[in-house]
Amino acid sequence: MLSIHNLHAGIEDKKILKGINLTINRGEVHAIMGPNGSGKSTLASVLAGREHFEVTEGTVEFDGKNLLELAPEERAGEGLFLAFQYPVEIPGLTTTNFIKTAVNEVRKYRGEEPLDAVGFLKLMKEKMALMEMPQSLLSRSLNEGFSGGEKKRNEIFQMAMLQPKLAILDETDSGLDIDAIRIVANGVNKFRNENNAVLVITHYQRLLDYIVPDYVHVLYNGRIVKSGTRDLALELEEKGYDFIKNEVEAV
Amino acid sequence: MNDGISTIEQQVLRDYKYGFVTNIEADEAPRGLNEDIIRFISAKKQEPEWMLEWRLKAYRHWLKMEEPKWANIKYDPINYQDIIYYSAPKQKKAPKSLDEIDPELKRTFEKLGISLEEQKRLTGVAVDAVIDSVSIATTFKEQLAEQGIIFCSMSEAIREHPELVKKYLGSVVPVTDNYFSALNSAVFSDGSFCYIPEGVRCPMELSTYFRINAENTGQFERTLIVAEKGSYVSYLEGCTAPMRDENQLHAAVVELVAMENAEIKYSTVQNWYPGDKDGVGGIYNFVTKRGICLGDHSKISWTQVETGSAITWKYPSVILKGDYSVGEFYSVAVTNNHQQADTGTKMQHIGKHTRSRIVSKGISAGFSNNSYRGLVNVSKNAVNARNFSQCDSLLLGDKCGAHTFPYIEVKNNTAIVEHEATTSKIGEDQLFYCNQRGIDTETAVALIINGFAKEVMNQLPMEFAVEAQKLLAISLEGSVG
Repeated sequence: MLSIHNLHAGIEDKKILKGINLTINRGEVHAIMGPNGSGKSTLASVLAGREHFEVTEGTVEFDGKNLLELAPEERAGEGLFLAFQYPVEIPGLTTTNFIKTAVNEVRKYRGEEPLDAVGFLKLMKEKMALMEMPQSLLSRSLNEGFSGGEKKRNEIFQMAMLQPKLAILDETDSGLDIDAIRIVANGVNKFRNENNAVLVITHYQRLLDYIVPDYVHVLYNGRIVKSGTRDLALELEEKGYDFIKNEVEAV
Repeated sequence: MNDGISTIEQQVLRDYKYGFVTNIEADEAPRGLNEDIIRFISAKKQEPEWMLEWRLKAYRHWLKMEEPKWANIKYDPINYQDIIYYSAPKQKKAPKSLDEIDPELKRTFEKLGISLEEQKRLTGVAVDAVIDSVSIATTFKEQLAEQGIIFCSMSEAIREHPELVKKYLGSVVPVTDNYFSALNSAVFSDGSFCYIPEGVRCPMELSTYFRINAENTGQFERTLIVAEKGSYVSYLEGCTAPMRDENQLHAAVVELVAMENAEIKYSTVQNWYPGDKDGVGGIYNFVTKRGICLGDHSKISWTQVETGSAITWKYPSVILKGDYSVGEFYSVAVTNNHQQADTGTKMQHIGKHTRSRIVSKGISAGFSNNSYRGLVNVSKNAVNARNFSQCDSLLLGDKCGAHTFPYIEVKNNTAIVEHEATTSKIGEDQLFYCNQRGIDTETAVALIINGFAKEVMNQLPMEFAVEAQKLLAISLEGSVG
């Protein structure tokens, strides 16, 4: 579904991604781990199409399309979703209204009729129950005054509403206590199926206790330096990132 | 709920939608201003002698006045001798019913989305339609009359209800008040008059739709609303004009009078032609709007959505004379391209326990300049006066300006006056977040500004709110990204 080949990207003269290769198939959950500054969030932003970053080399194919040619909203329409590390606030815009607009814009991109009020409400009720999303959050202004946990829950709720093919979770666990992590992870697990894929970006392995990945990759200094199964995450947890650094530098 | 957003995708709306000209013959006064022109206007309207005298007095005073220079706006001098002060669509005779109105005129209002036909009954809005200098039609007159409500054109009011007009016209905005109101008093051509008798709650929204059509004309309408004891009225005003390369002057005066326990809610959606992208053409909108809470426990509330005009100079104000009276001002002013707005309010606390609330939201884009100018004045005897003001500015881009000029004068130490102000920019982060959810940048801007303006939009009557949301989005198209 997603195939990244030799991806290089950065800001102005600063190179951040230095040749990423990664393939994700339907039904898979991949985790990318790495120390601070290794380029994890940059990778998420580049995939989502943030203009801030410049791609200097490489290709990204998403479901047969050249992802890098598409505008961010087109990528969303194609089924790529990014759960933000720092979701933004929009005062005065209710969460419901925001999500309704998003759902209908994506439907429009796909050539589908917009959902009317009744249809939207039905979908929302269904996903609210599934994601344990409280009604009170939805009638408030988007993310305004939300706690860290509420913001992340809102991200996962939006993912459930938009039903993307690929969901990228950018450090969704950062700043969350264990209960909040569990709720968020539950949401992701309910979302998973054989037709979609999830890319979990995280600094800590504890999130992976709840969202169990099929593959784990270690990003270091802009490159994937090691890939493996879930055991790799556990090894990292035990030995710390220094073990990777030493290994890489030894080569 | 999302109607406001789906419309922007229609690329046709990129330009000023109301910029068409209706081809109707007009009955016009010669260009320029002198006493003969004023006599001409007065005669055209078959006015009584006292009205003509009133106009002439205003004109003579105006000649001695100077155009105000204190506002934060720039424009070339206006040549008052180059304006046509009276223009009326030629109709063979005065229409007795809607059927007799020139079909071309009716189509004009239909294009504007205002049907004068009876289907308006469905939305329950009574409409007075004013084109250039005259009122074309007022709907629902009979139904309103059953409850003793008078809703008619100002010309008709002068003829039919002279005692009321004499008593209240100029009682809130005196002839000598300011340069533009004096000019208006001399040459005003039409407008709406509305009188709500004691204890009556007006059963429908009253609305006036103003349209400037003819070339080189100015529009000088005059609106007067009187709400007797314990009555209530909600009044809406909308305005549009064709696209023309020259600037056209609009200098209106609105006066509101609220007696004991009466409430007047006055909403405006101002969408005069703003000029083109380079700042050529557009309406100069110099308007004096003022209400007086004459009786105890009375309330006047102004809500305005200002998206049009090349220049807006306007300060809807409330004189809080009655004890426990309440004044409110809710405003969204949008400026784009080369538009300039200097707008705000005055709250004059005179009575005891009077309260006022000001919520102003300024949105600037392009090369525009947007200023809030407000005065809160608490006089010596206004015990326990209370004011809260909130002035927020939102900037799109880095070539526009937002300014706030709040003046506070307090002469009674029991007063509590609060002022809050914020300035923000639409962030790249906010836009990217929306984009990532499949929402394109223009729709995202519309969502963000409608969120920003929500507190004011919520004050608008339902049928206006949807229209106003669309307007905000359209006014700012192409200003980001």
